[in-house]
Amino acid sequence: MKLSIVDYKSGNISSVINSFKEVAKDKVNIEVTSDIKKIGSSDKVVLPGQGSFKSCIEALNNISGLVDELNEFAINKKKPLLGICVGLQMFADVGYEETETKGLGWISGKVSKIDNQNGKYKLPHIGWNQINIVKDSKIFKSIENNSHMYFVHSYEFIPSDNKVISATTDYSTKVVCSVEKENIFGTQFHPEKSDKIGLKIIQNFINI
Amino acid sequence: MLKNRIIPCLDVKNGRVVKGINFVDLQDAGDPVEQAKIYSDGGADEICFLDITASNENRDTIYEVIKETSKKCFVPLTVGGGVRSVEDINKLLNCGADKVSINTAAVQNESVIVESSKKFGSQCIVVAIDAKKNGDKWDVYTHGGRNNSGLNALEFAKKMENSGAGELLVTSMDRDGTQIGYDIELMKKISSSINIPLIASGGVGNLDHMVEGIKEGNASAVLAASIFHYGTHSVIEAKEYLNMKGVPVRI
Repeated sequence: MKLSIVDYKSGNISSVINSFKEVAKDKVNIEVTSDIKKIGSSDKVVLPGQGSFKSCIEALNNISGLVDELNEFAINKKKPLLGICVGLQMFADVGYEETETKGLGWISGKVSKIDNQNGKYKLPHIGWNQINIVKDSKIFKSIENNSHMYFVHSYEFIPSDNKVISATTDYSTKVVCSVEKENIFGTQFHPEKSDKIGLKIIQNFINI
Repeated sequence: MLKNRIIPCLDVKNGRVVKGINFVDLQDAGDPVEQAKIYSDGGADEICFLDITASNENRDTIYEVIKETSKKCFVPLTVGGGVRSVEDINKLLNCGADKVSINTAAVQNESVIVESSKKFGSQCIVVAIDAKKNGDKWDVYTHGGRNNSGLNALEFAKKMENSGAGELLVTSMDRDGTQIGYDIELMKKISSSINIPLIASGGVGNLDHMVEGIKEGNASAVLAASIFHYGTHSVIEAKEYLNMKGVPVRI
């Protein structure tokens, strides 16, 4: 099995790489790449994302053919893809961080700033919060409801169709923190930084 | 709900763990990678490394420490000490740090915060403020607490939030190493004037101090070194105590 972590020169992905390597040991071939041929021939793809929605989309667009290849992989071939943090947010039609920016449009919805209720809630939403699992998801196999995951974000994905939501977390509102739509998976939290339980989610994705 | 974080801090010099009392009198006490692993296995919500290596020729030792630690610890890793430029931040992040804390450079050159938060995201930019009370106000100190910048800590905190800092790590220099508790007044004043999380540091001597830091100081997270490092309490003991006192923590 070959798994590619998309390295599109946006933010720090070393933690994602380390965690996947830790889980995969030598059983899975992990490639960290922006090479569209390598991505296209993978069995699974991980799309990390750090920084702003706008900067991540721009960084994806800066690599010629990458967005087309990801579309081919996730939408046409329907192969498993996991988006983490802004990687998940980019599934949306549109994001409003910095300025209105078009997303990948894979899961209908928008990404907007978390309502901090006039400063009552600190932003970024940083730290460990519990997830409420609202539907069975392949990546939640053997994960208990109310498990703690590590979050760090100020923007949230609001999907148009609630059916794609697999988990939420309670902050100022019920923040969507995991989605599953057919072969497309996403977590707003960072499984790579969520200790053993996070590594279990990575294991689940590898095992799909 | 979002839990309050307990962050053990390891002072690292020339690639080895040391712990300072009031920034002097260092004692060598171990391998940073193993120490960090013990903490993360023991329930630490985050690990903080403070690099206090003085000489330039040994500056690279921290990069190796981060590289090795990030392969073994799967909780957030914050690194600070001697971070001067956007390029320094980039290097630490590439080695596997999740957040970088910036002290002197944030005072001397605000653009480091503006640029790095734009480039890497606010989530990984922590501004470390060393504050000392002079009269009825707190001044910001730089260079490991040696120089008084003359800046007002409250105003500086607000400014750093506006520049793009994602969190503030506030250390009371009056309390650091004393084990008599956090400077609650300082924490409360800064925390109530900013909308980003505050990590309280300096002065923890017992577990009630942590409870105070969160409940009274309104800190999102508490950082401590000696109390964990010398085995007075384990991280899990601290969390169980906080939980019992009604402070929400991850157990």
